[in-house]
Amino acid sequence: MSRWYDVIVDVLKRNQIRLVTYVPDKVLTPLIKAIEADGYFTVFAVAREEEAVGIVCGSWMGGLRGIVLMQTSGFATLGNVLASLAVPYQIPLLMIVSERGTLGEFNQGQALVCRTMRPLLTSLGIETHTLSRSDELDFTADRTISQAIATQAPAALILSPLLTHAKRQELQ
Amino acid sequence: MSTRPSQGEAVQSQLLNRFDLTARLLSRLTRDEAVIGGIGNTNFDLWAAGRRPQNFYMLGSMGLAFPIALGVALAQPRRRVVAIEGDGSLLMQLGCLATIAERCPANLTLLVMDNASYQITGSQPTATHYGADLVAIAKGCGLADSFWAHATEAYEGLLETALSSDRPHLIAARIDKSPGQGSTDRDPSWIRDSFMRGLGTRQ
Ligand SMILES: Cc1ncc(C[n+]2csc(CCOP(=O)(O)OP(=O)(O)O)c2C)c(N)n1
Repeated sequence: MSRWYDVIVDVLKRNQIRLVTYVPDKVLTPLIKAIEADGYFTVFAVAREEEAVGIVCGSWMGGLRGIVLMQTSGFATLGNVLASLAVPYQIPLLMIVSERGTLGEFNQGQALVCRTMRPLLTSLGIETHTLSRSDELDFTADRTISQAIATQAPAALILSPLLTHAKRQELQ
Repeated sequence: MSTRPSQGEAVQSQLLNRFDLTARLLSRLTRDEAVIGGIGNTNFDLWAAGRRPQNFYMLGSMGLAFPIALGVALAQPRRRVVAIEGDGSLLMQLGCLATIAERCPANLTLLVMDNASYQITGSQPTATHYGADLVAIAKGCGLADSFWAHATEAYEGLLETALSSDRPHLIAARIDKSPGQGSTDRDPSWIRDSFMRGLGTRQ
């Protein structure tokens, strides 16, 4: 079976998502490496997740599709930019959030911030799907992205430890 | 008070005017350049200085005028992109200067309107009032072509250079306390749609 990050790279290319901006996270590392290794993408790190959202919203308006990769804690910094830029301006901002703070978290801060993520997404009406199974990964990621673009609305894909954790990788 | 001490600079700045600087920018534009106005007075004056479909008016997302402009500049490398930001807004998102320096987009010009205050919320002093020097900060972030425009003529000269250069430029001006001259339309999806038509990404 394909590795989760290879599937995501494939889905991004299929949807012509060429610009990838991120603030890193341990779980995202193999995905970032795979994207960096593929000349199709322009990929770089930014200082803050909010900044990445600004860049990708600008690039969308200029005709270049992009995505922001971040960790749960980074997502928690985005309430204002989602509510004042991406949602009201009807920009199909794409986000991949690596989910920390659940299923074996050791850091209390991460566990708490994780609980703010889905309520924030729900309150802004942002289409959200959690990626936890390899057999659904391609379909869910691909369809979420194409729907976001078609409906001009932001969307979030949450990478669950069920998909990304090393112990689960052995099973897949 | 017509001047205040300039920090880390030998020359004393003459206080310039945001609307005047914005109008001077617009009168120089010839090739459908994109212009992004930051929250509050910068986009109010951009609106008042003359509407163009290639203008983007930010209604929130404080601090993100430069990142949005970077995104547009990356998407359309052949189009000149200019962003106008206030000092308070830039202080909120200083990290973007390092990102822009690292990406080094040839087609991006950054303008900073430094009135040493959060004028639109009641003119509370910002850190630049106490000495923070946004040009020195930009240089420290790696934007070597960062300059204070100490007078109108110098601003015009810097703009001319910036708009034909193959490196990103940052031009900052210490400005007076005149309020913004207009009030931007508050319809975000219309602003976005019109901007995209102006950029040719929507017919
Ligand atoms: C995240 C966030 N914090 C605070 C505000 C309130 N606010 C709106 S404009 C502004 C001041 C902007 O200052 P500056 O960029 O220097 O522009 P000026 O008002 O001086 O033209 C503030 C604090 C906001 N809109 N968003």
